[in-house]
Amino acid sequence: MSDPLLQVRDLRVRFGHGEGGSQVVHGVDFAVGRGEKLALVGESGSGKSVTALSVMRLHDPGKVEYPSGEIRFDGRELLGLPESLMRGLRGREIGMIFQEPMTSLNPVQPVGRQIAETLVLHEGMGKTAARRRAVELLELTGIPEPGRRVDAFPHMLSGGQRQRAMIALALACRPKLLIADEPTTALDVTIEAQILDLLDSLQAEFGMSILMITHDLNLVRRFADRVCVMQAGELVEQGEVAGLFRRPGHPYTRQLLASTPERMITDDRPPAGEPLLEGRALNCHFPVRRGGLVRRRVGEVRAVDDVDLAVAPGETLGIVGESGSGKTTLGMCLLRLQACRGEIRLAGESLTGLRGRALRRQRRYLQVVFQDPFSSLSPRMTVESIVGEGLRVHHPEMDREQRRASIAEMLAEVGLEPAMMERYPHEFSGGQRQRIAIARAVILRPRLVLLDEPTSALDVTVQKQVLALLHDLQQRHGLSYLFISHDLRVVRAVSHRVLVMKDGRVVESGTTEELFTAPEHPYTRRLLEAAAVEDPA
Amino acid sequence: MRPTAVVKTGARPAAAPERQAWRRFRAHKRGYYSLWLFAILFVLGMLAPVLSNDEPLVVSYQGELYFPIVQSYPETAFGGPLETEADYHDPFVRERITTDGNWAIYPPNPHSFDSINYFVEHPNPAPPSADNWLGTDDRGRDVLARLLYGFVVSVLFALALTVIGTGIGILAGALQGYFGGRFDLFFQRFIEVWGSMPELYLLIIFASIFEPSIWLLLVLLSLFGWMGLSDYVRAEFLRGRNMDYVTAARAMGVTAPAIMFRHLLPNAMVPVLTFLPFRISGAILALTSLDFLGLGVPPSTPSLGELLSQGKENIEAWWLSVSTFVVLVGTLLLLIFIGEGLREALDVRRRVRT
Repeated sequence: MSDPLLQVRDLRVRFGHGEGGSQVVHGVDFAVGRGEKLALVGESGSGKSVTALSVMRLHDPGKVEYPSGEIRFDGRELLGLPESLMRGLRGREIGMIFQEPMTSLNPVQPVGRQIAETLVLHEGMGKTAARRRAVELLELTGIPEPGRRVDAFPHMLSGGQRQRAMIALALACRPKLLIADEPTTALDVTIEAQILDLLDSLQAEFGMSILMITHDLNLVRRFADRVCVMQAGELVEQGEVAGLFRRPGHPYTRQLLASTPERMITDDRPPAGEPLLEGRALNCHFPVRRGGLVRRRVGEVRAVDDVDLAVAPGETLGIVGESGSGKTTLGMCLLRLQACRGEIRLAGESLTGLRGRALRRQRRYLQVVFQDPFSSLSPRMTVESIVGEGLRVHHPEMDREQRRASIAEMLAEVGLEPAMMERYPHEFSGGQRQRIAIARAVILRPRLVLLDEPTSALDVTVQKQVLALLHDLQQRHGLSYLFISHDLRVVRAVSHRVLVMKDGRVVESGTTEELFTAPEHPYTRRLLEAAAVEDPA
Repeated sequence: MRPTAVVKTGARPAAAPERQAWRRFRAHKRGYYSLWLFAILFVLGMLAPVLSNDEPLVVSYQGELYFPIVQSYPETAFGGPLETEADYHDPFVRERITTDGNWAIYPPNPHSFDSINYFVEHPNPAPPSADNWLGTDDRGRDVLARLLYGFVVSVLFALALTVIGTGIGILAGALQGYFGGRFDLFFQRFIEVWGSMPELYLLIIFASIFEPSIWLLLVLLSLFGWMGLSDYVRAEFLRGRNMDYVTAARAMGVTAPAIMFRHLLPNAMVPVLTFLPFRISGAILALTSLDFLGLGVPPSTPSLGELLSQGKENIEAWWLSVSTFVVLVGTLLLLIFIGEGLREALDVRRRVRT
């Protein structure tokens, strides 16, 4: 390409001035050609978003400096450009879409007005013309009934629709370059596939270039022409997607590619025996109320609708479904953390009628690990008191020394150093925090652990380690897992059996291999297609 | 396959959040020095009976030692004619205990808050002199002594009021936030009703029914002083109880009180601590205002408000109003600086390099 649209040369980005600052991007060179789709891929902290924000010059100039580098966009040098000219560029020539459409759209303004505002500002359109154009744009992005949706507030749209509105907003002025920062991470797989198709077709139609920032290699493979791999602020490798994926040159790229979860369950037959945990005719309905003072009940949301399930000792039951399918609510019901109707039996004993002390005694056998390792550990407790809390409740006979000894042993088992006991959660990375959460759950020697998206917030390489740890613990302690996830590849890697949930109901269940190779229900087929889970063969 | 430990050993563990907060507080110079100054003033105030008293600390009379500030002696003990307690400012007593090898050590300011100086040269209120450094009030009592004692009473009262108010506020907010739902709904309505009661009228009514005392004031002000805080604690608890770590604790079988105090309260302490100095200064101001209006403590108790109202009555006696004003403003200013420092210290986004 002789004249790329965007040319970044030797870009260095530094946060903070003077000695206290730290450089986070160390000399990055890449170019985006006209009409090209480039993916910038890397794990959290690799500097990919920082690099992209530098192109838009969206960093706070008081906090960020650029020791070296140039960013040429369409023949203009952006780093030295005065803010007033930069403002004209943003939105008009370079559009941007973000990960979380809820926070990037203004919640108190109808989406149509937000799009029209951009048009009035940059294109000098009249108000009625801008509104007409906003409806067209919404239609272009595939939002149903755009004439009505143009007046909708962001909270009235679904996640996918919001992201479409965000794309409409970014494309309002026909930018030459669209920067998409993890545009589908917050969305369900079926929606993700639709959004990617949409971006693809719009890119062809508008002839624009796309700079896609993502951590998802699968997405890169499907979407991008070329890919740049970033690690710790350096661009370690770049090239055509197909070639690079086939023959990765840099060890880090190889590691990333090898991090796709592989099946760990060697024995396909689910462990036999009496079911450890059973749920029969579970129902959890939330009333929907309207009105002011009296709040009439106008309907209900069936979060869990007549679900039966059983988990054998040592078995992993995967529960998959999109957001809102009721999989987390089901898990909370089974642990008696959410009120529900139906019967729950643990090792033949009914949990349904238990209250107070009797229920608390049973709780040690059912533990939980959550998705977000940042909100699942109390920020003001040390690792020792977090992991040891269960021991204090269920083993009051232990003294502090005994407790410390068993905490140390547990920490070593999850791959952390016992010396870390004195520290606080904020000193740990996401993966380490998740290990602490696992230690907290397993130290009580539970029989079943509910894993609610335990790896969704983690980078792929860390995800692989955590999955291996979970598998290891299962082997060693004969644990049963209820593994809730929206990521089909992960579920396939760890589960013996899988339940597919949709709108609170189980639409299909079966052993993992059967379900993945020969899905029966059309919804399961749609899910698998959208996730593009290739056969490992 | 065993995953390898991911953290390097030997890395110095970062300090506990409390220690970091203290470090941030120290970095906020104004707040830090204000805290020291306030602490020194408070300690001096607590030593008021030794620093400012009309009775000598030690008297040596005819080879025997007397301690008038801890025990009262009749005048006859020092060769006087009266059976009543000795007045150590009486020239006669003073002469008996300071001549013929007898000696007495007086406190630096030889006046107590309620001792009347009958020997001033000017009519009361008397201007500052070598004897009464800040003059006397309209009954001839030493202003410095009354300021010192008044400061202590105000601060102690404010501390007690703050502790009680904070305690009730935390408890009410915690219960509402944790249990939520209907309990929260009714409690909120109760607070609205309670909060709309006219506090000042109640005080006036009670002041006429009961004999005014500092304890009555404490009870009455405590009844109304907790509401502002409970809202903040409630909000923090409402936010916290949906956090995953609370669900995890529930899944572990931790009881509700333990969850509230071990998991939720430490995270709800930020608004409590931040408001603390402002609450104390508010309480001092409340006591002063009530005293100024004559609804507060009985006249014998040393109080800043009463001194201010004397200053208003005797506008030409500048030493009354000016000195009280300086003490009051100084105290409030110190507390506000401390509060400012605390707020910075508890702002976890701030980092202090060490």
